This record gives sequence, C-alpha cells and structure tokens, in this order.
Amino acid sequence: MIPVYTRPKSLTNVVTHYCPGCPHGIAHRLVAETIDELGIQGKTVGVASVGCSVFAYNYFDVDFQQAAHGRAPAVATGIKRVTPDSIVFTYQGDGDLASIGMAEIVHAAVRGENITVVFINNAIYGMTGGQMAPTTLVGQKTTTSPFGRDPKTQGYPVKVSELLATVKGAHYVARFSLHNPANIQRAKQGIKKAFQNQIEGKGFSLVELLSTCSTNWGMTPQNALKWLEENMLPEYPLGEFKTGEGE
Amino acid sequence: MSESMLMKGNEALAEAAIRAGCRFYFGYPITPQNEISEYMARRIGEHGGVFVQAESEVSSINMVYGAAGAGGRVLISSSSPGISLMQEAISYIAGAELPCVIVNMSRGGPGLGGIQPSQSDYFQSTKGGGHGDYRIIVFAPATIQEGCDLMATAFDVADKYRNPVMILGDGMIGQMMEPVVFPEVVDVAGLPAKPWATTGNEGRKANLINSIYLDPEELDTHNWKLEEKYRKVRENEVRYEIVHGDDAEWFFVAYGTVARICMSVIQRLRKDGVKVGLVRPISLWPFPDEAFEKVVGQAKGFLTVEMSTGQMVEDVRLAVNGRKPVYFYGRTGGAVPTPRSVERRLRDVIEGRVPSQSDYFDRVGGGKS
Repeated sequence: MIPVYTRPKSLTNVVTHYCPGCPHGIAHRLVAETIDELGIQGKTVGVASVGCSVFAYNYFDVDFQQAAHGRAPAVATGIKRVTPDSIVFTYQGDGDLASIGMAEIVHAAVRGENITVVFINNAIYGMTGGQMAPTTLVGQKTTTSPFGRDPKTQGYPVKVSELLATVKGAHYVARFSLHNPANIQRAKQGIKKAFQNQIEGKGFSLVELLSTCSTNWGMTPQNALKWLEENMLPEYPLGEFKTGEGE
Repeated sequence: MSESMLMKGNEALAEAAIRAGCRFYFGYPITPQNEISEYMARRIGEHGGVFVQAESEVSSINMVYGAAGAGGRVLISSSSPGISLMQEAISYIAGAELPCVIVNMSRGGPGLGGIQPSQSDYFQSTKGGGHGDYRIIVFAPATIQEGCDLMATAFDVADKYRNPVMILGDGMIGQMMEPVVFPEVVDVAGLPAKPWATTGNEGRKANLINSIYLDPEELDTHNWKLEEKYRKVRENEVRYEIVHGDDAEWFFVAYGTVARICMSVIQRLRKDGVKVGLVRPISLWPFPDEAFEKVVGQAKGFLTVEMSTGQMVEDVRLAVNGRKPVYFYGRTGGAVPTPRSVERRLRDVIEGRVPSQSDYFDRVGGGKS
C-alpha cells in the first residue's frame, strides 16, 4: 500500500490541546508541509507566542523559543541576527500580534527583518476566554463587548495586512483564509512563498490567515466557518497586499 | 593590548564587552548610557558583531532573549526607567535560563526622575525587579577599570549559570573619564559550546527555550531547580573589598562611586587618628554577608552611605543581624554626598549625635541641598 497522505515529518506525533474544529491544526499542518517541502526542518527555529498557540512547540519537530506576549518578532529578530542561516518564523494570534505586540510587528517590518510571520486572525482572544480583540468586527459580541463592539467607544477592526503593506521594509504581506479547501490550498502557497522569501534573503514576509474560534464565538465549527465567510471576508479582503520587488 | 587609555566609562565598558567576546548588542536611547550604544554602533561591526537599535526597551530586551537563546554572547544597556520596562523579559530570561549581560547606568527616580547619578535601583536589581522567584547576579564596579575587569567575568558567570548578570553603575561611572587598561581579548572560538541553543535540530532532538510550566508540580520543580542554582551562586560568586579590616573600629558600607567618596573620607579621618574602614560590596547579589562576619567582632558600628533613601542598608542590617548598630546616610536624585558631609555624619555617629539607627534624615544637608 502506498500512503498518499501522511503526517508531515516536521509535525510531532502527539494529540494537540486545540478545541475540536479549531483551524490551528490546519495552519500547523500547512507550515509543517512547507518546512518539509523546502527541506529546512534541521535549520528552522519557531517562535511561539502567547495565546492558544503558546504550546506550538509541542507540535512542531523543530527548535523553538517561547516568547512573551506580543514580543515574538523581537525574539525572532534576536535569533535571526545571531544565526542568519536559521529559518526563523513566528506563529502569532491577533491578540498577540495586533494588540500588545503591534510595536514589535511594525518595527520588525520597518527593519525588513528577514523572518516569516504566520498570523492567525480569528477576531477574538481565544485562550483567555473570548475577549474582544483589536480585530473583532463591529457589532461582534465577546465577553468584553457583550453588547457588540461599538465603534464609538471601541473603535474599528485593525487591518494588519493593509497596515503593514504601507511599510517599505516589508517584502511580502498577504491575507488568506482557512474556511474551505480551496482557500486552504491558496494559503499553503502563500505560506510557502513567505518561507521561500526568507531562504532567498528577501526580507520580512507575513501571511495573515483568517480563522475561526467556534468555542468562543459560541457556534458549531461548521457554522463558524460560514460566519467567517459571511462576516470576516467582507471586512478582511483576501489577497497579496505587497509582493515587494527589491524594496 | 596593555597600555593605559583615558576613556569615558560608558565607552570603556562597551570596548570591554567587545574584548570579552560580546558580538550582539541591542539598545534603545536613554541618558546617561547612550555612549554604550553609540560605541557599539560604530565598533561592533569591525568584529563581525551585530548592533540593533530597537523600537523600545521592551523590544530590545526581547531581542536579547532570542539572541541569547540562539547561543549569542549578548549585551544590553539602559538606565533606570528603561530597565524598569525590561523587567518582564528579564523574568522570562531568568525563567528560561538564558545568559546575558545587562548594564544599568542608573539615574534618579521614581518615574521619569532625573538623569543624574543615583543608587535607587538597588531594590529593583537585587530583590527581583520582575515577577516570580528568580535572581539576577549584580556586580557594582567602583571604577571604570573595575567595570572593564568585571565585564569578562560577567559574561563568563552568565554562561556558567545560564543566568542574567547585571553591571550596576550610575551616571557618574558612565560619564566620567579615567585611565583604563583593558584585559586580554577573549578568543570567541574558545568559548564553551551551548548545546541547548536553538540553532536548528539537524542531527539531534529539538531544543526548546521556554519558561511556561502549567503543571504546578513541574513549576515547583523548576523553581527549586533554579533555587539550587542560586545557592551555588551564593557560594561561589560573592565579591567584596574590605579596607582597613586590620584595625578599623568604624566601617563605612558603600558600593560603586559612593565607596570612592568614603575612601576620601577615610584618608582624611585616619590623619586625625580615627580608625575607620570600609566594607565595599562588589556583588550586590549575592550580597557579601561573609564580609560582615569578618569585621563585626571588632566593629563599634557601621555607617551605610548610599545615593538613595536607604536600600542596601536593609541587607547590611540582615548581615549584621543586630550585633552592632547600623546607621545610614543618603542623598538622592543626583545629589551626590560630599566627602565633607559624609565625614560629618560619621563624626556625629561616633560622638553620639545621631539619635537612632532609624534616623535617615540628612541633618547636614537638612534633606535639601
């Protein structure tokens, strides 16, 4: 029998702590497949952030550093400057990257750090129990916006990819979605490009992956995917915002 | 190179770090330590090293976390408010057991405070500035030469224990110029390997730099493992100087630049036949309790002098443990105790004019300058 679908070598053989229906597993797999296909497992260093993916190091079979909340791009900078031949990626959620870590991500892009950022945007704080994130949609109910996010007092969702696309130092900035197989395949291509860029020394690459949190959204995984498609896609259009040519 | 050079303290420390094999420096501007960053920006590249100016102290110290975790010999410097911003990551660095050297050219606080020399960061440096059960090793040089000599030691001690080491100076050490003879250049290739570093898992199991232990039993085990390490540091890394330990009856206790002021006073008082000496802690943590064991029997009392309202004096009291009186004299905010005022304070103590050991009020300066 010839296996046609197996666990990527760069994923460990353990059960994850993620909730049933959580797309983190899909995103992990896409990153691991990419590492395998590019043949970089032995020189990849991941940086885990704070959020549901805090234990990402348990699931990737590569060297890892666990960073303080929001600081993964700074930690990745330190790693990359010491070992420029390492392929360094951060894996961050929207609370981590777009709220407490906004300075770190913007300035890593400004410096054009030759790192890869995998940014999971599910419009909510997952690990802490469903609080409002900077990416939470207008009207979206969370535990800290129980009546729906009110732009009068809580502002509007921050669009990280659009924002970073204005930064000259950023080489590649793109947004994909994980809500169906076709989009997952496109996301895979984007992730691969973001790693390939680093191998080629092209500089800062970020892929934003729209994701769900059925647990904290209070939906079935299936309804959550539908909610993403109907509500997040209009707010967060997909596409490559920056494919910097030698900037 | 062994000839004497006249250098500013901050620049000399930066040069000493490069000679000690430091190849990675992360900084953010703050007075009065900018010459360290500026020197690194100019010179570390000549040695194949990397200088990064971060967007904040928060980021710079997290770059240190990543760089130290990747196996680099890493230096960071700042001054008091910047060091406050770094405390979260210093806690992570200690928890993840990463080696690095942190220079604090401290200035007066609290808050934005001032930019003049101060010793009011003693508590923050020695008692754990961030959250959790951890210690950082703190060396306090009194001269630029001593700072340069301690730099290589600091890196080696940091590597040996996989723990942050702080060099605690003050604006005066950083800004003044003195002749300095640099120690031998360290052969970077000869430094001990760091097999735990995240350099890629080719041919081995994956390495992890981490400080999270959600299982209470695991975190308890981790904390006691750290404490065992700190016990060894207490045993092996105590550094101090005793001056006139042979015959002194009264002892100043002071560190850093204040110790030098006390030395001037000692010379003057000894001309008048006053038998006074000095206990100068060089390692502030671990605190040199043993220095006090050596002199407490002969001492009539101690006068701790600090550029603070009384911080190290608490450790002096713990070391002396009620056996002899411990008095205090301090100035703050950049006001530096003058030799005359220190001398008068000691004479007041000796002649019984200081009403109690808890009398911290500066009668000489009236608490004002």
